[in-house]
Amino acid sequence: MQYIDEYRDSGRIKALAEAIEREALHPWQIMEICGGQTHTIAKYRLEEMLPPSVRLLHGPGCPVCVTPSSIIDFALEIARQSNVIFTSFGDMLRVPGSKADLLQTKARGADIRILYSPLDAVNLAAGNPDREVVFFAVGFETTAPVHLTALKEAERRGLKNFSLLCSLFAVPPAIEMLMNQEDNAIDGFLAAGHVCAVTGNSDYRVLTKKYHCPIVVTGFEPADLLYGIYLCIKQLESGRSELENAYKRAVPENGNPAARRLMDECLEAAGREWRGIGAIPESGFILRKKYAGFDASEKFGFLKNKKNLIIENADNQCIAGKIMKGAAAVSDCPFFGGLCSPEHPVGAPMVSDEGVCAAFFKYR
Amino acid sequence: MDFSANCPLPFSASDRVLLGHGSGGRLSHQLISEIFYPAFANPLLEQDHDGCVFPVEKGRLACSTDSFVVNPVFFPGGNIGDLAVNGTVNDLACCGALPKYLTAGFILEEGLPLADLQKITLSMQEAALKAGVSIIAGDTKVVERGQCDRIFINTSGIGFVPDGVEIAPAKAAPGDAVICSGQIGTHGITILSARESLGFETALKSDTAPLNHLISRLLAEIPDIHVLRDPTRGGVATTLNEIARSANVGITLDEALLPIPEAVKAASEILGLEPLYIANEGLVLVILPENKAVKAVEIMRRFDEGRDAAVIGRIDSAGKAQVRLKTIYGGHRIISMLAGAQLPRIC
Repeated sequence: MQYIDEYRDSGRIKALAEAIEREALHPWQIMEICGGQTHTIAKYRLEEMLPPSVRLLHGPGCPVCVTPSSIIDFALEIARQSNVIFTSFGDMLRVPGSKADLLQTKARGADIRILYSPLDAVNLAAGNPDREVVFFAVGFETTAPVHLTALKEAERRGLKNFSLLCSLFAVPPAIEMLMNQEDNAIDGFLAAGHVCAVTGNSDYRVLTKKYHCPIVVTGFEPADLLYGIYLCIKQLESGRSELENAYKRAVPENGNPAARRLMDECLEAAGREWRGIGAIPESGFILRKKYAGFDASEKFGFLKNKKNLIIENADNQCIAGKIMKGAAAVSDCPFFGGLCSPEHPVGAPMVSDEGVCAAFFKYR
Repeated sequence: MDFSANCPLPFSASDRVLLGHGSGGRLSHQLISEIFYPAFANPLLEQDHDGCVFPVEKGRLACSTDSFVVNPVFFPGGNIGDLAVNGTVNDLACCGALPKYLTAGFILEEGLPLADLQKITLSMQEAALKAGVSIIAGDTKVVERGQCDRIFINTSGIGFVPDGVEIAPAKAAPGDAVICSGQIGTHGITILSARESLGFETALKSDTAPLNHLISRLLAEIPDIHVLRDPTRGGVATTLNEIARSANVGITLDEALLPIPEAVKAASEILGLEPLYIANEGLVLVILPENKAVKAVEIMRRFDEGRDAAVIGRIDSAGKAQVRLKTIYGGHRIISMLAGAQLPRIC
């Protein structure tokens, strides 16, 4: 596959691993933010190629994993209504709410459908004018514009029976939260290339200055990740803390202006509860008032005051939150691989392939 | 004055399956005499019994059953009909049997175009001819619209196991090679891309094919084959995990040797799927002593359905059931059983 095979080439991988080994003179802990990157690291066993002094921490960047169970409970409540077709990407279906998940609810008769694109949900709404079609819009800045494109398309076609149930998160506030932790042990970050491809790099540049911490915008193939790690370590060894772009083939400095305009037009920042981590101010997005007609939480009366979103019940003794903050390793979890597995996830990161626990379970 | 003896109304006014086609009455008989009998014609089928009486050879019989509910019913490379025949033929062949007789049970949704049923029936017969099996009994039920998805087919089959053939998953042993008969993942990706909602196209075709001729040739030339399995649902990964559990052995696959077509790789990347978990319909995994592997691959490559046959791994330990993959960078990772349905990733 062109544009993929080059970044999996074993000669290139070996050269990068050697370069990292040469540069890394001190112990460093680097966190990759994005679940897609965690997936690649686990799949290709990249940690085995790093010198022992370089440790990777696996961050909270899987939107499926950080969606709180209260939103899932609300999704189930909507999906159970007989006039509703509830649609979602596949990996939300097994994420547990407080009592059930979408797959179980589907088996009990709810009309829940897996789609590959929110635009398919718009077509579904057009084809079923007497039903309410709700799409579960879960994601970071990467997927938000896709959901909003569907919303605009529904608006253009005058559809009144289409809405989004938003669970949208922003990455930079999560990095700030991690940096502000007591005993924060993160020396540098690999930022998620796909997120920056939308938002651009400026927010991250601000963070490097504020926290004196290097951030390298990084891609998702094995060579991309090793190159990101390499640049990060070079910065750390020379005492620099800058924003560097190791994924220039996808990330322009200003991101995608059209996508950003769309987000500005439709979304406003809001506090969000991150499953396993807690509430982070201004760490996500909700639809602006003028799009209330497309907002499932308005339509189905989810929350009166969306600004103070959701207080999560303490889920259980799952340590997923600590893992996603870099304060614990997957191997520290007493449930991992035993009580908690992809068949019976205790915590959400065991559900999605991009969840840190599932990635490491799958590629043990 | 001219006069015609023809009835002004044709006997069959409907070009679609009606509830009456499953009633056992005239419409049922019409279905049998106009669609099923002409296609499946053979003396055993035409005994007009409630069932079929047939002679058996001395020795051991193998029996298998499988139900087919594929959506879409027609897809590049085949349809539910040849899939239903090949599926049971291959299950029998993987028991080491020579498949001989099949039965076919149809559950039809009211409204199914009769032309579709005819097309499906004819491809069943074509597949049966190709595999050298006869369809010797059948049944049809019709359910109301919405109670099944157009057509479901069950096939059951009987085959004869030649003396001396002992195939069993538990026989996999350290030192055995694992051979895959062809390209991995084409059926599953073909079906996915044929579903309207996905909006992407590939040039792939389903690999559905009868494997009994290839397998019987293999068994004739290499009698000490240990395991034969067709990696259908759950794919190569799940099938090998089942074998590892039955034999309590460790299996290691070599990522660099896996015959995965570019189109399957690319579609899997887009959809967030793993090719090793994707369903195949015309593939067999052969496990046999390593010193017979070269010969086996050479035999398999003589057949169309085995032209891409290759060794993909080996059984390298006993005492712990595990499937591992040696990555292209030399690391190892565990290939576990599929948990539930393979769900697409989000971003």
